[in-house]
Amino acid sequence: MLVTIILAVLIIASLVLLLFVNENQGQEARSIAILATMITLVLSVVIFLQMNQPGNLAAAQSNAGTGRSYFVDELNIPWIPSLGIGYHVGVDGVTAPMILLTGIATFCGVLISWRITDRTREFMAFFLLLAAGVYGVFVSLDMFLLFFWYEFAIFPMYLLIATWGWVERREYAAMKLTLYILIGSVFALVGLLVLYFSMGAFFSDLAHPERLATLRQVLNNPTATAFSFDFSHFEIASRWAQLANGQPGPFDVASIGGVSIARFWFPFIFIGFGVLAGLFPFHNWSPDGHVAAPTAVSMIHAGVLMKLGAYAALRVGVQLLPEGAKVHLPWIILLALINVVYGAFIAFRQRDFKYVIGFSSVSHMGLVSMGFASMNLVGMTGAGLQMFSHGAMTALFFACVGMVYDQAHTRDIPSLGGFGKKLPFVATAFVFAGLVSMGMPGLSGFIAEFPILSGVFQGPIVNPATLQLTYTPTFNYYPYIAILSALGIIVTAAYVLRVAQQVFGGEFNEARFPGVKGVTLTDKFAIVLLAGSLLFVALFPNVMSSMIKSGMAPVVTALQQNAPVGR
Amino acid sequence: MLGEITKFFLSLSTLTFLPMLGAGVVMLLKIVLPEQKSLGRNVALLFSLIVLIQSIALFGYYAAGTCPIGNVPANANANASASPFVFACEHQSEFFPLVGSTWHVGIDGLSAAMILLTGILTPLAMLISYEIEENVHEHMALFLFFEMGLLGLFVSLDLFTFFLFWELSLVPMYFLINIWGGENRRYASFKFFLYAMGGSLGLLLAIQLISSVAGTMDIPTLVAMWPKNLNATGGALTLPFGASLETVKNIAFLAFFVAFAIKVPIWPFHTWLPDAHTEAPTAGSMLLAGVMLKLGAYGFLRLVIPLFPAQSQAFAPVIAILAMAGIILGALAAWGQTDFKRLVAYSSVNHMGFVVLGIAAFAAIYNTILTGGATSAEQMRSVTLATNGAVLQMFNHGLSSAGMFLLVGALYHKAHTRDLTKFGGLWTLIPVYGTLLIFTSMASLGLPGLGGFVSEFQVVAGSWWFFPTITAVSMLGLLMTGAYILKGIRAVLHGPVNEHWRDHHLEISPREVLALAPLVILILVTGVWPNWIMPVINQTVTRLFGL
Repeated sequence: MLVTIILAVLIIASLVLLLFVNENQGQEARSIAILATMITLVLSVVIFLQMNQPGNLAAAQSNAGTGRSYFVDELNIPWIPSLGIGYHVGVDGVTAPMILLTGIATFCGVLISWRITDRTREFMAFFLLLAAGVYGVFVSLDMFLLFFWYEFAIFPMYLLIATWGWVERREYAAMKLTLYILIGSVFALVGLLVLYFSMGAFFSDLAHPERLATLRQVLNNPTATAFSFDFSHFEIASRWAQLANGQPGPFDVASIGGVSIARFWFPFIFIGFGVLAGLFPFHNWSPDGHVAAPTAVSMIHAGVLMKLGAYAALRVGVQLLPEGAKVHLPWIILLALINVVYGAFIAFRQRDFKYVIGFSSVSHMGLVSMGFASMNLVGMTGAGLQMFSHGAMTALFFACVGMVYDQAHTRDIPSLGGFGKKLPFVATAFVFAGLVSMGMPGLSGFIAEFPILSGVFQGPIVNPATLQLTYTPTFNYYPYIAILSALGIIVTAAYVLRVAQQVFGGEFNEARFPGVKGVTLTDKFAIVLLAGSLLFVALFPNVMSSMIKSGMAPVVTALQQNAPVGR
Repeated sequence: MLGEITKFFLSLSTLTFLPMLGAGVVMLLKIVLPEQKSLGRNVALLFSLIVLIQSIALFGYYAAGTCPIGNVPANANANASASPFVFACEHQSEFFPLVGSTWHVGIDGLSAAMILLTGILTPLAMLISYEIEENVHEHMALFLFFEMGLLGLFVSLDLFTFFLFWELSLVPMYFLINIWGGENRRYASFKFFLYAMGGSLGLLLAIQLISSVAGTMDIPTLVAMWPKNLNATGGALTLPFGASLETVKNIAFLAFFVAFAIKVPIWPFHTWLPDAHTEAPTAGSMLLAGVMLKLGAYGFLRLVIPLFPAQSQAFAPVIAILAMAGIILGALAAWGQTDFKRLVAYSSVNHMGFVVLGIAAFAAIYNTILTGGATSAEQMRSVTLATNGAVLQMFNHGLSSAGMFLLVGALYHKAHTRDLTKFGGLWTLIPVYGTLLIFTSMASLGLPGLGGFVSEFQVVAGSWWFFPTITAVSMLGLLMTGAYILKGIRAVLHGPVNEHWRDHHLEISPREVLALAPLVILILVTGVWPNWIMPVINQTVTRLFGL
């Protein structure tokens, strides 16, 4: 119920803003927005704590052996029953931290946007819609609904960038971003429809009535239909071999070129969603989008929206098509490696302050994909931790960049300098975020990167007998990938130090930047909240890691179990 | 009640995080009372003094063998008891189970000595940084933060937390150099940070390799099982990527070696040191040379050789040659300097060379002892002597280098130059400073009766049996040590008086004397009666060798 209230609050608040608030009532618009995000933040914390209850964690862990996810706060209402579409929402160990992150990032986003005076009402309304879309994707347990929210989030994003963005590049960047993400999601949608129809055909096959009977029995729902977008249906279909004593399931059916559906369509789904996670070579939209967006939107965009891509790639791609994942992730990890190292080098080369942070996101999101590709519990849990840690960290980064830009009106690194003297609070926050981003032990970046690197080191060979990596060469190159990706960490340290040095160190040019004053209280509050959430992960790594672990465990179970049909 | 308070006060977790609390309080004071600079300084000093009391108490309790805290870790690995290291004041609790890490702390003679050194040097460095007027609160908070990193590293018995504190100690030092350093501070701090990061990256990967192969990060367990090629539970190691055991161990050994060699620093990994030491503020240099370099040597003694005895044995001659190179070339480089602080910085390369020489002797025989090979009584006596000497040299160099940096800084602070050619004949102008400088220089030179002599003698006497030629050449280095120290003294204190300084007030201030006095006393006491610390070190060393 709570997640539904979150979605309702955000959508109602944005409608109220658009319909009942006057154009010149900026303060009212801000108040409504902050109230709505405050409510959602509190509810997000409640959801997080609910998932964190020992009973739920234990249930999720014991459920993981069956390869099925355990959800709390579930709600399932039929929506278009003839197509098997329902309003099915719920939260598991992977999404609960993401819900918390979204709550924090949107609340801070509104705080940071306090100074927006140009069409405040519309800005806040679209911002809340964007937040609703983001929440929707994380909580959807119906694949159609997931797509609905996924596209729903893109439209306010376009408007926010194109209207309130950086004047020089905003239209180009907004269009580029939208096209990239839409094209990626179209591929993913086609893949999903293939799964939907093949699953429907499989269960409604009149020659095998026992299939539908088994489905209904496992779901404990005597009226379950063959054609459905419900996540639990897909989950069962993907694990059919375990349920039906090695019989091939719907996704093991031969598809184009004689390759099974799982193996053929996995890359389309994973990379289609991976576009939004900035997966190389489709990362190109993201720095432009981050830079052109207004500060609060950059925070949401890099902080949360990129995680949507990673999350959807995990939920729809890896969890539903483990057979495809085993074949394709071993080469996709190379793309992730390029993300990590190349992204860091490109960030090092930038002159524009905001582009540095934009490319750093590309580099860090590569670690998330890399964690997924490790295909073991440690690495995947690390990826989940990295999603949270990077989200809060990059939001903090963009907030700092925005505060400097607002005062300096330039982001050209060589012409900035000495801002540490004028904005000590921002400088401290930036350095803190920088230390997180370079994986400094004791901070959340390290808590996330360490398991990722560990996981990649161990590689997917957990049970060699059951893993049939057809494309893998005779030797296991995963440890080398871990070693090479560590290069990215050094370069990250170099660019963070360089930027911090040049922007915040050195002499301040009074003539060039007159009238620079300190940041406001709302800004400080947002910074403290973001930094606090990073510290929380660092000081109590076990809280979030055991929760994410409980959510990732079913995915890893699915990856490790035997596959009967190798097509 | 009192017992509970004592227990809490003396627990190693309190020891580690008290400076952090102090840093928080100081930063809070900055927000509440930003104008009260001296209050911030005094509060920071107070916290470091509490830590000093803790470290003295811990040392005393350890020496007496009556650690008041429970010694049996809650969920200790059964195989850890086979470790040659025996720890006191142990504590173990859950920390980050996903990667198999626990919060496991404990001390033995080696770490007790290092904790004592850290506890002594930090308040003295704080006293010196009273001269800083800019961003006082941040400066003091960073010092306390740095102290936490150092103490945390010395008490950590888990590779994960060990690495955590290893890296954490870098951050405050980076900022101390970067913000309060000399003219070239940007370059020096950047080089320092990247050098250290580069080294620790290999360490990070090697730790992951070990933990994935052996299935634990607990240092006592690893020390007991890893050299025998067994995992944490006594089973066979699970080797990754089809590599042979030999390869895995060699890779991990090299990564460990390089990371710690950079920190010591072992020649040729020392090039960050002169820049960082010279550019750091005086108090920063004191701790940098006094304690931070010891982290590297500590890593060798605690991890590298106990975990990789066979590799270390094969590598021991190389380590000895590098030690010799450090001693000779460090001395020559120091001799060639005209910058007084740079001279002292290079002297660290020279002095730490003796620590490394002792470590090389340890490496040369430890594998034989561990595998039960034949060892003569002569060998056992020599290696004990050398290892004891190396640890004592770590302690003594900590005292004397901190004293030297203090004195160089005291002069620079008033004269605003460190150029040796600009001084001369100052002893008549500043008699107290001159006397103290000569005393500390003599300690650094290794004058019998002072601390440095005892430890260098032990190292040289012990390693003679293993590397006679190298030791002989290294002893020539001692001669050169005399040469550069005397060069420094002569240029500053002797010769015709440089009239330029007659109107300047260069005499050492009472505050600086107060900071130097404990060092002077300790140097003298250790030189005359080394037995106040020797048994503590010796106990750990002999147990390591099964004597």
